[in-house]
Amino acid sequence: MTLAATDDPKLTSTLLYLDGVSVSFDGYKALRGLSLTLAPGEMRAIIGPNGAGKTTMMDVITGKTRPDEGDVYFEGRHDLTRLDEAEIAELGVGRKFQKPTVFENHTVSDNLLLAAKAPRGVFATLFGGSGAAQNETIERILTTIRLADLRQTRAGGLSHGQKQWLEIGMLLAQDPKLLLVDEPVAGMTDAETAATAELLREISHDHSVVVVEHDMAFVRELGVKVTVLHEGSVLAEGSLDQVSADERVIEVYLGR
Amino acid sequence: MSTPALRLDRAGLIFLALTLGAAALAPVFALLVPRDSAFAMPPYVVALIGKYLCYAILAVALDLVWGYCGILSLGHGAFFALGGYAMGMYLMRQIGARGVYANPILPDFMVFLNWKELPVAWWGFHSFAYASLMVMLVPGLLAFAFGWFAFRSRVTGVYLSIITQALTYALKLAFFRNDFGFGGNNGLTDFKDVLGFSVQSDATRAALFSISALALALAYLVSKAIVSSKYGKALIAVRDSESRVRFLGYRVENYKLFVFVVSAVMAGIAGALYVPQVGIINPSEFDPGNSIEAVIWVAVGGRGTLVGAALGAIAVNFAKTYFTGAFPEYWLFGLGGLFVLVTLFLPKGLLGLLNMRRAARPAAAPPSPAAQEEGVQ
Ligand SMILES: Nc1ncnc2c1ncn2[C@@H]1O[C@H](COP(=O)(O)OP(=O)(O)O)[C@@H](O)[C@H]1O
Ligand SMILES: [Mg+2]
Repeated sequence: MTLAATDDPKLTSTLLYLDGVSVSFDGYKALRGLSLTLAPGEMRAIIGPNGAGKTTMMDVITGKTRPDEGDVYFEGRHDLTRLDEAEIAELGVGRKFQKPTVFENHTVSDNLLLAAKAPRGVFATLFGGSGAAQNETIERILTTIRLADLRQTRAGGLSHGQKQWLEIGMLLAQDPKLLLVDEPVAGMTDAETAATAELLREISHDHSVVVVEHDMAFVRELGVKVTVLHEGSVLAEGSLDQVSADERVIEVYLGR
Repeated sequence: MSTPALRLDRAGLIFLALTLGAAALAPVFALLVPRDSAFAMPPYVVALIGKYLCYAILAVALDLVWGYCGILSLGHGAFFALGGYAMGMYLMRQIGARGVYANPILPDFMVFLNWKELPVAWWGFHSFAYASLMVMLVPGLLAFAFGWFAFRSRVTGVYLSIITQALTYALKLAFFRNDFGFGGNNGLTDFKDVLGFSVQSDATRAALFSISALALALAYLVSKAIVSSKYGKALIAVRDSESRVRFLGYRVENYKLFVFVVSAVMAGIAGALYVPQVGIINPSEFDPGNSIEAVIWVAVGGRGTLVGAALGAIAVNFAKTYFTGAFPEYWLFGLGGLFVLVTLFLPKGLLGLLNMRRAARPAAAPPSPAAQEEGVQ
């Protein structure tokens, strides 16, 4: 499924390309002709009121939901609407869920081990241990996400904030080309929020990132281009200052 | 981080010591100790416990898929019975001309049905090696075909359980039919010898007992190695949050398929060891109730612990033997009541009860109800 669909330069120069994507659930249109592109290496913040379709957009990109209409391309050549979750993950798309989902019965370091970039086949995992290089990566990530002292703790016993961080750590271990991060600071304290923003900025040095969040202070700290979603399509795009001056955006956020 | 080397916990070591000890000592107590001594193991006890050991292998196999991967198979008895039939076919052909109709090739029931030739499905079963291969191959292939479709179509939970029930029920109906070619209602019985040894003799019975105990130890070790590997960690992850594992790039259907096939092969071997010890195999072994009973053994013993599953199989069957002797009509109520009590008061089963006073270790904990399935948004 890696055929070049088209030689359109607009498409091939993008890491992620969504065009006219629509999704409906029992007649309710969660996405209505959503179009969005992301350049390689870019970090983008997506904001929008509850129900705007932010999570649904991530579902479409990661193969959980098939769009009714529209194109979704990764690296200008992989048609994501034809691939399943595992294939899309293998291409290099990692995802952090809105509700933190770590493997509760595994230790913190086993969570990272399962996420870590390594052959995913049955026999590779059955007979292969974890290599030394992999252990090193896991150690480094444990430090980055500040869970080094809790490596042998069962992930189910972590606090909410720690789980969010572990999940970001799992993304790092997966080392994808594109990270999709859904509401990473929901339920975090201000200090944790600031630390998370710093962590994401650090990650964005060598990864492309899409962050969904409606905590404005957090988005301001990220300091990146913002896309505003409303009722399933893009309402505005630009710097945070630009979009917050946009009248339609003000109406959507304040007129509710 | 884990090394590939297998590390056994305390329960595992005790379990191995017990099974290997039983394998070594049973022949001594059954054959060498004088019959009238208090330590002598009478033949019926050898046969009874030998049968429990086969059930314990089935329980370990079931725990592997249910306890570690969340696949609640309500049809594992089918794999057990298929392994049993494969062994039974070998034993039938060993009878040869000693049958009632003295036909050197055709088993009695075929002569009775006026068949002239041996059906193709029976070819090769005069050879022990071939029959042993079929003991593993038939359940394994059925599990592969079944799992291929079910896991690829993402059939999970109750739906999967229901179709596994349907599978064993369908096989039961098929094996009941005379023209299906496996002895119909009466099944296969009147066995004479296995590898030239009389199945009735005390020495053969003691040997079958020891082989069953060794097979149980081996099943445990193989299962333990599987669940301790990185593959096993991924299995547990599938059990707790299947779609999350998919988003990490694992092909969940292949993970399930592999463990399902391994488990079915194990169940088949259990059935093959069971048949010469009980002396008969018939379609009632496919009864859906048998598969459900096996699930109860695992739950009672402690799901997701392997050792607990084996313990549960032996304990419940001891109780069953006692109950069906003492108050036959109440056994099913007793079994149901036991299941309810254990689920309510002993979520970790009998093994959990035994471990109660020991400090709980976090790794590879049995599934917690809170962490079940999906919930990924
Ligand atoms: N699986 C689903 N079935 C039905 N409706 C859904 C489903 N997923 C999302 N929706 C609806 O689609 C809309 C967009 O949801 P979502 O993408 O979760 O919004 P956001 O993440 O921006 O808050 C909501 O109205 C939601 O109720
Ligand atoms: Mg959302």
